[in-house]
Amino acid sequence: MAMEHENISEEAVIELDGVTKSFGTQKVLDGVNLHVKRGEIMVVMGGSGCGKSTLLNHMIGALTPDSGSVKLFGRDYATMTDEELAETRMRFGILFQSGALISSLTIGENVALPLREHKSLDDNIIDIMVKIKLELVGLREHADKMPAQLSGGMKKRAGLARAVALDPQILFYDEPSAGLDPVTSAQIDQLIIALTRKLHVTSVVVTHEMDSAFTIADRMCMLDLGKVMRIGSRKEFEDLRDAADGELKSEQDLLIRQFLRGGAEGPITDRQQSSGYADDLSLVATRTQ
Amino acid sequence: MADAQEKTKQSWIISFVGGIGALVLTASQQFFSTIGGMFLLLYEAALVTLRGLFLPGAKIGREALWFQMIRVGVRAIPIIVLVELAIGMILPLQMFPKLNEFGQGDQIATVNAIAAFRELGPLMTAVVLSGFAGASIAAEIGTMVTNEEIKALQAMALNPVSFLVVPRMLATMLMMVVLTIFADLVMVGGGWLTGMRLGVDPDVYYQLSVTAVDIAGFITGLVKAAIFGVLISLIACYLGLSVKEWEGSNGVGQATTNTVVYSIVAIIGADAVFTVIFYAYGLF
Ligand SMILES: Nc1ncnc2c1ncn2[C@@H]1O[C@H](COP(=O)(O)OP(=O)(O)OP(=O)(O)O)[C@@H](O)[C@H]1O
Ligand SMILES: [Mg+2]
Repeated sequence: MAMEHENISEEAVIELDGVTKSFGTQKVLDGVNLHVKRGEIMVVMGGSGCGKSTLLNHMIGALTPDSGSVKLFGRDYATMTDEELAETRMRFGILFQSGALISSLTIGENVALPLREHKSLDDNIIDIMVKIKLELVGLREHADKMPAQLSGGMKKRAGLARAVALDPQILFYDEPSAGLDPVTSAQIDQLIIALTRKLHVTSVVVTHEMDSAFTIADRMCMLDLGKVMRIGSRKEFEDLRDAADGELKSEQDLLIRQFLRGGAEGPITDRQQSSGYADDLSLVATRTQ
Repeated sequence: MADAQEKTKQSWIISFVGGIGALVLTASQQFFSTIGGMFLLLYEAALVTLRGLFLPGAKIGREALWFQMIRVGVRAIPIIVLVELAIGMILPLQMFPKLNEFGQGDQIATVNAIAAFRELGPLMTAVVLSGFAGASIAAEIGTMVTNEEIKALQAMALNPVSFLVVPRMLATMLMMVVLTIFADLVMVGGGWLTGMRLGVDPDVYYQLSVTAVDIAGFITGLVKAAIFGVLISLIACYLGLSVKEWEGSNGVGQATTNTVVYSIVAIIGADAVFTVIFYAYGLF
């Protein structure tokens, strides 16, 4: 497949510049620079707890950076008026890590919610649109269930149906395929690709699943210790993954390769050992003896 | 030696006093930021409500309002009946011997009716609702925060104030008024039952009750009820929304407990303030 398909334009729709964020004394994001082009699928990777969800929360304007700027469609969140903010929010959809369905509404009502509140449409038209969106994620028979009655994977798919309800121009996905079976996960991947190619949607996908990442990505971005360690095309990351030991010189490359391959040995493991984790463990072991 | 002892004693006192000072400072800071936050929320809710009432096109969810009224009010009815009936029966019983000494035994009807409509109807209803409505609203909204539902609403460009807070505040306010009228009547009914046992003529009892409650007494009682309703729902919504995502069920539990405690304090405080105001304006 061609690395860059024809829909990608050079214009950046999401621009993060020098975004820094601390929670208490913990610096979660440390000068993150990331530009996402219109029409591309950007996959964001990184270890658990490295700040991926925090990054997404900045992109949707739910968190404000301590320093740096976040722009969507060329507009900075910091300077938006309430109207501009509402307008911007109607132009993107987000699938939260937990689904974040409104628990007092049925699945169908959840998907209908943005349509009902933002569009003046007839009830039966809304019903049809809800059915279409739910069919897309294979949940049409479950429209009348409450979120608590769904499995984790089903909640996620319902969240996706809601995220696409207003036909957004940008879609954010926080671990769309975590907790899904391989077939559904592959279907979600295809859905992300289809939305991007056919409807020119720009997508930012946070994921741990390397198969899925390499299937959907146009470009990839690796986060580590609050910084962007590498941004590159899928091809670059594929080469890195498949590289033999001798070809990689820098520690960084080795670290990324370990992550991409999911190996138990490498710089990431060394880092944990050097932080004294193994010593602590053996200490605990001798104490309990 | 003695010098060193003196020093440690001094530093102990200083750190003790300093500690209390710091505690008072943070507590008062928290107190004022909470009060300020509640006022801001009230202001925004009022704006949204006015816009919903007067601007064409702005929606005010009637369905949501109706649903919340049922939720807030209906479950509380049995408890309100129980409480008001009991007070309505007890109060006249306690008043009767003294009044009877002066040959005014029938006047238990007047005492009971005034107490019901002016004070105990609105007050007890509010106390019951701060448990039923306040706690459940705080728990619900707090849970929504920890489930990222509030964040999701905002990401869909939906304002949690108009979507969640306003229907709950209006519903609590309206239900407070409706339930207070109901509670007033139940309490008078309770007194009527006691009166019969004590040999007060039922017709006389009824007549005395009707004359005791003038229109001012009736209205001021309902004004109080509406204000209590606003206070309960405002505190519940504010504390629910103040739960932090990472606090989880712990934070929700804290918000729920605090809602009941703060509500009762606020209700009693407001009751005192309004009684003074009504008295000053001669509404007695
Ligand atoms: N609101 C918050 N307050 C305090 N700390 C937070 C908050 N949100 C996140 N953190 C901390 O920031 C770090 C990054 O969290 P984040 O949720 O962004 O990780 P993540 O990369 O999405 O992890 P995962 O892959 O497990 O979802 C974590 O160490 C977390 O403890
Ligand atoms: Mg996450």
